[in-house]
Amino acid sequence: MELLERFAAGDLEAFEALFRAHQKEVYAWVVRIVRDSGVAEDLTVETFWRIYKSRARFDPAGNFRAWARRIATNAALDHLRHSRRETELPEDLASVGTADPAVRREAREQIRKAFSELPAKYRLVATLSLIEEEPYMNIAEAAGISVALVKVRVFRAVRMLRKKLNSLGVQVNAI
Amino acid sequence: MSNEENNKEMKELLKQAIAPARETELRRDLWPRMLRKLEEQPAPVVGVPWFDWALAAILSAVLVFFPGSIPALLYHL
Repeated sequence: MELLERFAAGDLEAFEALFRAHQKEVYAWVVRIVRDSGVAEDLTVETFWRIYKSRARFDPAGNFRAWARRIATNAALDHLRHSRRETELPEDLASVGTADPAVRREAREQIRKAFSELPAKYRLVATLSLIEEEPYMNIAEAAGISVALVKVRVFRAVRMLRKKLNSLGVQVNAI
Repeated sequence: MSNEENNKEMKELLKQAIAPARETELRRDLWPRMLRKLEEQPAPVVGVPWFDWALAAILSAVLVFFPGSIPALLYHL
């Protein structure tokens, strides 16, 4: 029996093999969304826990990698939803190694604050599209939405950010 | 300003404040943690969804209160 068939049938060894084969990829995807290594580790385990629980619904002829990425994206989105208020972008991941020296520290903090206050579903697509420069198609597949909807959400996220920054006194065009 | 130009401008702005994630490498094997979670929380047995129960209840009620509908139901099965 193939590995995916054994996994779908509830074989723990098959699940372990899949876990070991895909944990790095799932972690790398999640850490780009949540931008915190500890949280990303927790969410990687949570992703595989959800995968294990849903194994009976997995079609062994399907694409495990894409399925895992979609579940990981949902887990990351749930995290963003529940921790939006408290989450600050950590310095080690959010700091500007190649920053323009002309940009004031205060303005950068305002930008980070405005970004962290975006609603979760907009923050997800904005992080992947605007910061990580992930293609729309990949974001759409991972989030389980259409490319058109990804574009709409990016557009709305940009509009919200612009509005927030203006209300915080940061002139977008002046930076 | 077009959407693409808008996005490009915001991208540049964000890049100055929030760098792309650089540390994306997983530094340790998470399988031991996964195994602990599996041991602590065994996967629940897949249950019957609530709407199936509701449907069964409605069908039972119809059969009890309108027994005349039984032949019609049998005909359609």
